[in-house]
Amino acid sequence: MSGPSQTPVIELHAVTKVYGKGGAAMQALRGIDLRIESGEFVAVMGPSGSGKSTCLNILGCLDTPSSGTYRFQGVEVGALTSEQRARLRRYYLGFVFQGYNLLNRTSALENVELPLIYRGLSIAKRQALAQQALQAVGLKGWEQHTPGELSGGQQQRVAIARAIVSEPAVLFADEPTGNLDTSHSHEIMELISELNRTRGLTIVMVTHELEMAAYAHRVVNFLDGRVHTDQQNKVAV
Amino acid sequence: MWWNVFMLALRSIRRNVLRSFLTVLGIIIGVMAVITMVSLGQGATLQVTQQIASLGSNMLMIRSGQRGGPGQTAVAPPLTLAIAEAIGRDIPAIAAVAPSSSAAIKAVFANANWSTVVSGVDQRYFVVRNWPLSAGRVFNEGELRAGKAVCLIGNTLRDKLFGAQDPLGSKLRLKKLSCEVIGLLQAKGQTAFGSDQDDLVLMPLRTFQRRIAGNRDIGLIQVSVQDGVATDKVEQDIKRLLRERRHILPGEEDDFRVMDMKEITSMLTGTTQVLTGLLGAVAAVSLLVGGIGIMNIMLVSVTERTREIGIRLAIGAFERDVLMQFLVEAVVLSSLGGVLGIALALAASAGLASLLRVPFVFNIGIVILAFLFSAAVGVIFGYFPARKAARLDPIEALRHE
Ligand SMILES: Nc1ncnc2c1ncn2[C@@H]1O[C@H](COP(=O)(O)OP(=O)(O)OP(=O)(O)O)[C@@H](O)[C@H]1O
Ligand SMILES: [Mg+2]
Repeated sequence: MSGPSQTPVIELHAVTKVYGKGGAAMQALRGIDLRIESGEFVAVMGPSGSGKSTCLNILGCLDTPSSGTYRFQGVEVGALTSEQRARLRRYYLGFVFQGYNLLNRTSALENVELPLIYRGLSIAKRQALAQQALQAVGLKGWEQHTPGELSGGQQQRVAIARAIVSEPAVLFADEPTGNLDTSHSHEIMELISELNRTRGLTIVMVTHELEMAAYAHRVVNFLDGRVHTDQQNKVAV
Repeated sequence: MWWNVFMLALRSIRRNVLRSFLTVLGIIIGVMAVITMVSLGQGATLQVTQQIASLGSNMLMIRSGQRGGPGQTAVAPPLTLAIAEAIGRDIPAIAAVAPSSSAAIKAVFANANWSTVVSGVDQRYFVVRNWPLSAGRVFNEGELRAGKAVCLIGNTLRDKLFGAQDPLGSKLRLKKLSCEVIGLLQAKGQTAFGSDQDDLVLMPLRTFQRRIAGNRDIGLIQVSVQDGVATDKVEQDIKRLLRERRHILPGEEDDFRVMDMKEITSMLTGTTQVLTGLLGAVAAVSLLVGGIGIMNIMLVSVTERTREIGIRLAIGAFERDVLMQFLVEAVVLSSLGGVLGIALALAASAGLASLLRVPFVFNIGIVILAFLFSAAVGVIFGYFPARKAARLDPIEALRHE
């Protein structure tokens, strides 16, 4: 494999996604072309229903495109088996869901440990790493709380800790500040851009808010299932 | 890896206490109902067979005279000791032959009296009837040969004449004969036909013939057939022997009767088998209800579980990791329920058996069957929805409603 500077981490070519069949078919993506280099911090914006989440799910290997190609570090994802895609998620990708998607009745620590279990790490190692990740998102002391005992912002941070605990190459975050007030939103954004700065983590983040998009280096605007604009963010640079 | 999967399953059980508890409960109820019902049914059957066995289940009874009916004029000659000996000597597959004679009599002790039946027997009677003593001893050779005035009494007679007193050594008066009580027969209770088996006096055959009957007739010959031999065959042999000895010409009817206890046995066990079948059906319904309970819980929780599977897949679990976890979880819960169910069922059937005075029967077959059925329900309804979910794209599983 050539160096990361030549091969983009992410390369979408003419990706479409159709939901449903026949008359009820809904074209959510109408041909997306996108290249994201290693270490970039990209914000995806656009009106509701323009296909941002759909695209992010495909990037996160949680969903499969209807047509087009997706290369991750030069590897054609469509040609992989479901197990190989699971391996990709396990070792390279971190995903923060719009609705957190934490396991109920399960402590923050166990939630964050979860990806490491599937990596086959020992209990001691898992707990140490999970504790570190929780500390990194500012939740030291909250390890034993279950999602039901945490605020929305705290749950969001647990979700981020879970996504970064396995040190992925790319972090996908779908509206990580969607349910938070401004001050908490800024806290989360500081956290994410710090991960980008200090660990060189590639970040793709969907957001509605210009204020949050300002943290990114690059803003991609979706409109009606297509990339409408794609520009470097002057503020951040 | 296995340890990991096991721990994951345990965590999941702990996290869903209510769901796990209800699943286990369903299995417990199913397993318990089936095992208890079938145990009781089989206990009842065993009790009836034991009662019949107390009569001597492979016994034939020979009496003189035809079954009474109109046009019965000829008086049949009585049976004799010689015929009894001939049966024992000439017919194969016979375990024992017990000739006896009986008469109704009034038994008197002190100022109490009681109408009962006295039978003259020899020691073979106790073998054929399989009747142990609760106190004292049976007749010895000398008493039998000399026709001594000794007797054994049944439990009912003891109650009526002696009350709480010890009857051994007392003199019982029968007609003009005063005879010493040397033994007490163990209580047998009612026969399957409702007559009291314990209301009787036994004395040596010779004593009966000389001092009570005044003749040498034999009223009844009881024959016990060796185990595992068909009584029909022996019955035919006996009939042939009697016809020969009593000079009955071909074409003439028998002037004696040979009765088969097996007929009565099969009739009665037939009834309890119906009972067992009925209990089994009730139990099967309980098992089914338990199964449906498990099914319901699994189906209700399928949405939550599908979402959980989506989360696990999204963070990098393989399909087989998820399946293993759910399979182990189902197996652990089912085994737990099964083991608890079996333990409770054994306690319940032992308790009920002693309450209902039915023997306690442990049937390993039904235990295994009940366990496997419940486990299968638990595994099928716990595992297959999980398998369906694990095959989805993670996002599909996460979206499941
Ligand atoms: N599972 C689905 N089945 C059918 N249609 C869907 C499904 N998911 C999304 N869509 C449709 O696809 C289109 C794009 O949806 P998507 O969730 O990607 O939008 P979005 O840009 O993330 O919107 P928002 O900003 O509101 O989250 C929408 O019109 C939506 O109705
Ligand atoms: Mg969205």
